[in-house]
Amino acid sequence: MPVWLTDQEYRVLESVCARLVPAIGARPGAREVGAADYIDRLLGAFLFDPPLIWAGGPTSGRAGGEAAFGRFHRLTRLDELAWRTRIEGSRGIPEREFNGPVAGLQQRYREGLAELGPGFCDLPPEEQDAALRGLPELVDLVYGHVCEGMYGAPEYGGNRDGAGWAGIGFAGDVQPRGWTDAEVSGP
Amino acid sequence: MTVDAVVIGSGPGGSAAADVLTRAGWSVVIFEKGRNHLLDPGDPTRPAADYSNDEIKFMHRHFLGPDPFLEPRTFRTGPEEGERSHVGEVNSIPSTVGGGGTHADGKVPRFREDDFRLLSTLGPQPEAAGADWPIAYEDLEPYYAEAERAVGVAGEAGANPYAAWRSGPYPMPPGPPMYGATLSAAAAEKLGLHPYPAPTAANSVPYDGRPACNNCGYCSFFGCPIHAKGDPVALLTRVMATGRAELRPETFVSRIRTSGGRATGVDFIGPDGVERSMGARHVVVAGGAVETPRLLLLSGIEHPLVGRHLMVHFQTIAVGMMAQRLHSQRGRAVTHVHDDAIVGDEASRRAAREAGLPWMRGGMVEHGGASLPIVEAKIYPWGEAHQALMADSPLRERLWAFIMQGEDLPYPDNRVDLDPAVRDVRGFPVARVTYRGRRHELAASAHHGERLQAVLREMGAGWTAVTTSPGTRHVGGGTTPVPESRHVIGTTRMGTDPATSVVDSWGRVHGLENVVVADSSVFVTASGYGPTLTLVALAARAAAGLAGTTLPVVGPVNGSG
Repeated sequence: MPVWLTDQEYRVLESVCARLVPAIGARPGAREVGAADYIDRLLGAFLFDPPLIWAGGPTSGRAGGEAAFGRFHRLTRLDELAWRTRIEGSRGIPEREFNGPVAGLQQRYREGLAELGPGFCDLPPEEQDAALRGLPELVDLVYGHVCEGMYGAPEYGGNRDGAGWAGIGFAGDVQPRGWTDAEVSGP
Repeated sequence: MTVDAVVIGSGPGGSAAADVLTRAGWSVVIFEKGRNHLLDPGDPTRPAADYSNDEIKFMHRHFLGPDPFLEPRTFRTGPEEGERSHVGEVNSIPSTVGGGGTHADGKVPRFREDDFRLLSTLGPQPEAAGADWPIAYEDLEPYYAEAERAVGVAGEAGANPYAAWRSGPYPMPPGPPMYGATLSAAAAEKLGLHPYPAPTAANSVPYDGRPACNNCGYCSFFGCPIHAKGDPVALLTRVMATGRAELRPETFVSRIRTSGGRATGVDFIGPDGVERSMGARHVVVAGGAVETPRLLLLSGIEHPLVGRHLMVHFQTIAVGMMAQRLHSQRGRAVTHVHDDAIVGDEASRRAAREAGLPWMRGGMVEHGGASLPIVEAKIYPWGEAHQALMADSPLRERLWAFIMQGEDLPYPDNRVDLDPAVRDVRGFPVARVTYRGRRHELAASAHHGERLQAVLREMGAGWTAVTTSPGTRHVGGGTTPVPESRHVIGTTRMGTDPATSVVDSWGRVHGLENVVVADSSVFVTASGYGPTLTLVALAARAAAGLAGTTLPVVGPVNGSG
């Protein structure tokens, strides 16, 4: 269930994810690892307390230690100003517009997904790709976030169960185990 | 309230100055405009637990600041581009407690003797405002040694044939070499170069109550989750343990107040957004070579050279594609460097002559560097090829890089000033950087770029390429002229003559003797080495000058290379 996107927007976004990083054989793509959830939780970060901006430290528990990534950092007044402006846009609020108006991620996603429309989900792959090539600014925006949702820490909502990392043979976060000297220096 | 000293900036320079002053019994208030993620808020003599192996937080969400929305900078290559060509991140050293020390991978070389007397050794260069430093290497050597002990440096004395003399060994032996670096170092040696273990402020053994580095690989651009990087957590915890220092994060100093040739205190804006003042008998400015001149200009301290002679290291990046996986994400990011391009040889002297230059200097060459999957993924195209590329991982697993920190010369028109229109979140003009490489930088980059590609071919690279930062716009279509270097240097240069320098040989601003600059702004030349250890040594020396606790200067020690 999406936290910020509508169900229809979420389905379109999932279909976009599936074309930007398709699954290949047993290797999951962006749809399978939940990149759309990563994006949805960024857009809805302020529906959570603390907001889902910066995961906690020092360890995730995946390589030992405490599972602390899930304890997101509290934001200061200025952190919140920056991230609310980035996500929600400046909306004519003077303290967000000290260098002029800012278009927020929510608006850019909402408008971009509307432009693709719900019919996008049912197009054949070649036509989906053609539609995406017609919206290069939207694709730049989504693709950057898809990469984060594929290979970022699962606590942000994507990379479900570390499947993005496993698919490319990447170890993910490794504290407190780290690497042995032999693993560093040997082939 | 009047304190003995206000220190502006909690990075390596401010921390080193506060360390000396608090040990001398002074009361110190450290102002830091960024957040505190370094020290435990409940017990600031201990490190916090905020850092993590989290690529999103550190690489893509500005965790260490500055947030380019709240604190943008602007950039142009020259006035012909108008007021600015770029707004956003420019040379952004972290804005956080610990400053640039938190995110660096901790390479902390010393400068060489020649670096302090370039003009008299090599002579002038066209366009450049060449000058000798007002101090020599031997004036700084005791402070280098103290800095290495304080932050904990691992290295091997004698491994670098070009190193300056040392009064003692490194506090720790080098850590394990990275696999790719063992290959590139062997190839470099075969071509007559002299690679050596990079002096690194990451513990190779437990040191000063902090653990040995466990090679997690999240080093460049990341805070260390286990605090095995000593710079500057070692200094700051020591400062806080004296009980004589107060740390004020999220607090922006907007003005140094002056009266009758002396500073009387500072105006500042804390987390609540309210402007207040504090009296101080001394003011130590350590904001880095972009924010320090910005503050002096905001304060109306308008020596005509404030902000000029900005240097950032003209970086040359040579890359080669290897057949095998190099697992560059394991280890300390960079474990080997070589200095041959700084020292020069007959080939580089010939290249200088052919370029019409009297001489030419490159910089320290770093072998390798860590790479992470989100950064890699964003470079590849979307579509069917993405997953195959990520699994084969040419860019993260097989590409080997040499990065030369090329010495850029001090040009008056490469500078920091106040942007005429862009503001920070608190309403103050932001720093504008005007910078471009000149004939010397471009010629040195071209020459050494070729030679580094030869090393990569010797190493076994299938293909090689070379690029620079800042980009030169005539190369390809996608390069940006904004320099990515975090080495910022030279904007309040030191000297004995107030007409040709901003601060004296102890870092005191000419005409404002209780204001001291304690960061790399005071450098006269950039050298080809990372600036951190030198700025820490200079900051400690400047603070010792204030407090009357200077260290004895000794001459060269033979055979300690």
